[in-house]
Amino acid sequence: MSELKSNIPEGPLADKWTQHKNDINLVNPANKRNIDVIVVGTGLAGGSAAATLAELGYNVKTFCYQDSPRRAHSIAAQGGINAAKNYQGDGDSNYRLFYDTVKGGDYRSREANVYRLAEVSGNIIDQCVAQGVPFAREYGGLLDNRSFGGVLVSRTFYAKGQTGQQLLLGAYSAMNRQINRGKIKSFNRHEMLDLVLVDGKARGIIARDLVTGEIERHAAHAVVLASGGYGNVFFLSTNAMGSNVMAAWRAHRRGAYFANPCYTQIHPTCIPVSGDHQSKLTLMSESLRNDGRIWVPKKKEDAIAIREGKKKPTDLSEDERDYYLERRYPAFGNLVPRDVASRAAKERCDAGFGVNKTGEAVYLDFSSAIERYGKEKAFTSGHKNPSKEEVIKLGKEVVEAKYGNLFQMYEKIVDQNPYETPMMIYPAVHYTMGGLWVDYNLQTTIPGCYAAGEANFSDHGANRLGASALMQGLADGYFVLPYTIGDYLSKDIRTGKIPTDSPEFDQAEKDVRDRMQKLMNGSGQHSVDYYHKKLGKIMWNKCGMARNAKELQEAMDEIAELRADFWANVKVPGTLDSKNAELEKAGRVADFLELGELFAKDAFTRNESCGGHFREEYQTPEGEALRDDENFSFVSAWEYNENPREAKLHKEQLTFENIEVKTRSYK
Amino acid sequence: MGIISSSIARKVAMALSGLFLVLFLGQHFTINLTSTFSPETFNEFSHFMGTNFLVQAILQPVLIFGVIFHFVMGFILEIRNRSARQISYVSYKGSANSSWVSRNMIYSGIVILAFLGLHFYDFWFPEIAYKYIEGNPADATRYYGELVEKFHSPVRTGLYVLSFIFLALHLYHGFASSFQSVGFNNKYATALKKFAKVYAIVIPAGFIFIALFHHFNH
Amino acid sequence: MKLTLKIWRQENAKAKGAMKTYQIDGIEGDMSFLEMLDVLNEELINKGEVPVEFDHDCREGICGSCSLQINGEPHGPDRLVTTCQLHMRKFNDGDTIVIEPFRATAFPVVTDLIVDRTAFDRIQHAGGYISVNTSGNTIDANSIPVNKHDADDSFNAATCIGCGACVAACKNASAMLFTSAKVSQYALLPQGQVEAVERVENMVRQMDLEGFGNCTNTGACEIECPKGISLENIARMNREYLSATSKG
Repeated sequence: MSELKSNIPEGPLADKWTQHKNDINLVNPANKRNIDVIVVGTGLAGGSAAATLAELGYNVKTFCYQDSPRRAHSIAAQGGINAAKNYQGDGDSNYRLFYDTVKGGDYRSREANVYRLAEVSGNIIDQCVAQGVPFAREYGGLLDNRSFGGVLVSRTFYAKGQTGQQLLLGAYSAMNRQINRGKIKSFNRHEMLDLVLVDGKARGIIARDLVTGEIERHAAHAVVLASGGYGNVFFLSTNAMGSNVMAAWRAHRRGAYFANPCYTQIHPTCIPVSGDHQSKLTLMSESLRNDGRIWVPKKKEDAIAIREGKKKPTDLSEDERDYYLERRYPAFGNLVPRDVASRAAKERCDAGFGVNKTGEAVYLDFSSAIERYGKEKAFTSGHKNPSKEEVIKLGKEVVEAKYGNLFQMYEKIVDQNPYETPMMIYPAVHYTMGGLWVDYNLQTTIPGCYAAGEANFSDHGANRLGASALMQGLADGYFVLPYTIGDYLSKDIRTGKIPTDSPEFDQAEKDVRDRMQKLMNGSGQHSVDYYHKKLGKIMWNKCGMARNAKELQEAMDEIAELRADFWANVKVPGTLDSKNAELEKAGRVADFLELGELFAKDAFTRNESCGGHFREEYQTPEGEALRDDENFSFVSAWEYNENPREAKLHKEQLTFENIEVKTRSYK
Repeated sequence: MGIISSSIARKVAMALSGLFLVLFLGQHFTINLTSTFSPETFNEFSHFMGTNFLVQAILQPVLIFGVIFHFVMGFILEIRNRSARQISYVSYKGSANSSWVSRNMIYSGIVILAFLGLHFYDFWFPEIAYKYIEGNPADATRYYGELVEKFHSPVRTGLYVLSFIFLALHLYHGFASSFQSVGFNNKYATALKKFAKVYAIVIPAGFIFIALFHHFNH
Repeated sequence: MKLTLKIWRQENAKAKGAMKTYQIDGIEGDMSFLEMLDVLNEELINKGEVPVEFDHDCREGICGSCSLQINGEPHGPDRLVTTCQLHMRKFNDGDTIVIEPFRATAFPVVTDLIVDRTAFDRIQHAGGYISVNTSGNTIDANSIPVNKHDADDSFNAATCIGCGACVAACKNASAMLFTSAKVSQYALLPQGQVEAVERVENMVRQMDLEGFGNCTNTGACEIECPKGISLENIARMNREYLSATSKG
């Protein structure tokens, strides 16, 4: 068992990052010109890393499967980005952001990484504003903030419900500047199919041009994987249709450890599933929980009447409603962290109080917010005695200004007007905290192979707080990786160009070609989606919001069986040398079929409940997650085995020196 | 032609030449309108315009240049725009998102061009011939009679009326849209665009009135 | 519901394409337009035919991948939605739906319904950025107050998803709405002033080079834009361009 060295610098927590930056080696500007770096994925982490590396002087190649880097799925993030700016003067600080994140992650993240994240968070906002990201502002012209789940301060910067879009376009604009200078070459509609190792170091990738089908070799001195998360292993998730684990999984197969795969975030506020045809789920931003109140009927017969269409939610009076989050968690109320809110919704629906046809939905109600804002608006604009209609009209205007695009999106999908009737929501897979294991420098267990953003496991522990994914992606890309990678590359200044005609590249390309041929050779019984949907069902039912040993064991068996069936019988139409969406999907699903089993294995092994990982066997009498710090305060880093349940576990022990490990309570 | 090489510059040039022609149209209309109530005033104005050195040597060439420029540029733009979509849609529902007039400026423009040919044949060529080729002496009273005579023919009057309808269509989109093209966009823009729409209907309607007035009154 | 689909099929960029007719049944109103195409593709695969290729990714109306000219309109008959958010309840049983790729010389067809929109990217490479280093050694975010109204307008321009519906809708295949949204986002912010002259000149030059048509103010782009980007942005860009050229 190789030792897992997290390479956390010595010294006090608050000084570690500064000290580390002072200690690591730099590459002089003239030498940077001779060093190539590949960045796979162009979301917030990849886009910002590519731009910064190019700006520093490295030659960067970016790869994305979309037709433009600007379409990476970071663009869909809605709510906001956290930063410990304390602009609101409500007592925020780096330490508090650090504390909230570690606590929110249920004490399963690495202290030093999280502190560094908090430390650079303010800088991200400065950077983005300088780049022209149009954050929401107050009338005084200064930046506005809102509040998100699991915290008691307002530290979230936002741009309506499109913060991810604005930040990604910011990172993309930084990329544009470098593309225009010729420092970034962007390969769009390209998919990484394998990582190439030379002498044990990551030295390039094999990629497929998705338009021509051509298999290409690209060499570099280092490879950065910023390819996002693997939520699509569930088939239905809020991820983009193309989001996949291929880049990370290929690296895993080549020796990079995969950490905590079972830590998956199931987001509480998504639009419920409407039928079998559904291809993906749509998130409604957590920011809605600032103003929306979540409830189900108090009486089961009301819930049944609503399901059957005999009653409307607006028919129920205040005391016929159960605002269960406010009831169970008075301190945080509707703003409890995501894992807690999701489980509470599932608990109510399982108990028979769900409100849509399928019984899997709860209400998110804005009527009191509309009234409150309406009164306030009427008052400030001089109507000291407004009528009820006036209040509601003004209130709707305020709510529209805040959440207009989300309300519109809801109405388009569900065909109901959320200003008049409460929204229906249900939890859905949204984000994966697990990912490639990385050390403090964001380097995986393969030298020269780095992982950034959602693709790595580092900062969110077992549960991520809202508005922290954007923060982490940009922190990794703008401020962490460009420094730490220099330390590694400083040893490569004499290496010269990496040739692509080496036996290692030959072998990797051959492996890729064989694998694709094998996909095409299936007996042709079922489409790729058939398998993907089956896998998703297993994952959702047995590895979803609540898990137990028996079902996890079953899941492993069923997935292994499904994988064998897939390879024997999948049907991939079309050809290898043309645009072929089914072939692309097949390659991705093949990897999900391995990851799914490792996921179940990881969940099976972790005999405790923490954050997004809830094991039914381990809960308090009130149904809250029961952690086992004595035995499970570690990161599970899995070494690849072609039979995923046989993967070898490596542990990275987590130590908490600057924070008191407590039972997480939001009551 | 440096500035005209960009699409925005072409668009602005189109707008400015159009605006200039709109102004001329207003002036032309004002003078013609006098013919419906005072032949003397009409003759006076016409004589001034026809003999004044500034008008003849400077304004007239500028106007002709403006007309030619607007037409030539219009055709150039049309050719470029067509090449921007070489394969056309099987199904294209322009009516869903734009007005017929805005999509067919080239056709209303071609009708106006044809009309200009007729109009020059009717008035401008005889006028030039009368003054500069044949070298006839100045006669300050001939204009009204020439005008009235032209509108005897029902065919000509009909062609004029039809052309004015196309002129209205052309102006209805063109005038208001020229403000957008030159980037005029402030609190007065909405009012000005409304004015342009009214102008686009009132002026051609006025011309129609003049034509019909003379056709039926003599 | 039962539908007749007429879909443009084209094997690759060089091949000659043609419309092909398909019948489809069992479509529900709650399905999105793309989910309807998923159903069609599943059927085609099971029949051993090659499924229809179309661009899509986030399926929540923000990535800008999905395109499609549906019954003569980009993103179909509904307003303020992308194709992925267009729902089948907007159609009736027995309808015939014509589905074509976005057409513009600057957007050549890649295959079937997929077009190449990298022309948009090149316009942005030419000037769609503010030249600040990403090192983070910038001034504090709140040291530049921005008038809320300007910040909101800038945001509204910046919500453009780069889908290309404006080009597809325009009878001239003009990219003015897209380019002007990008120019406006920066023109409205103090941070964008420093490079304002070069930005608008370079982006307009690139836009022209790509072979887009000229704007004739038909307003089709604004109506069809899934994000409701305003024509005001075009007026603003014209102004910016004129003032830039007058400055030299």
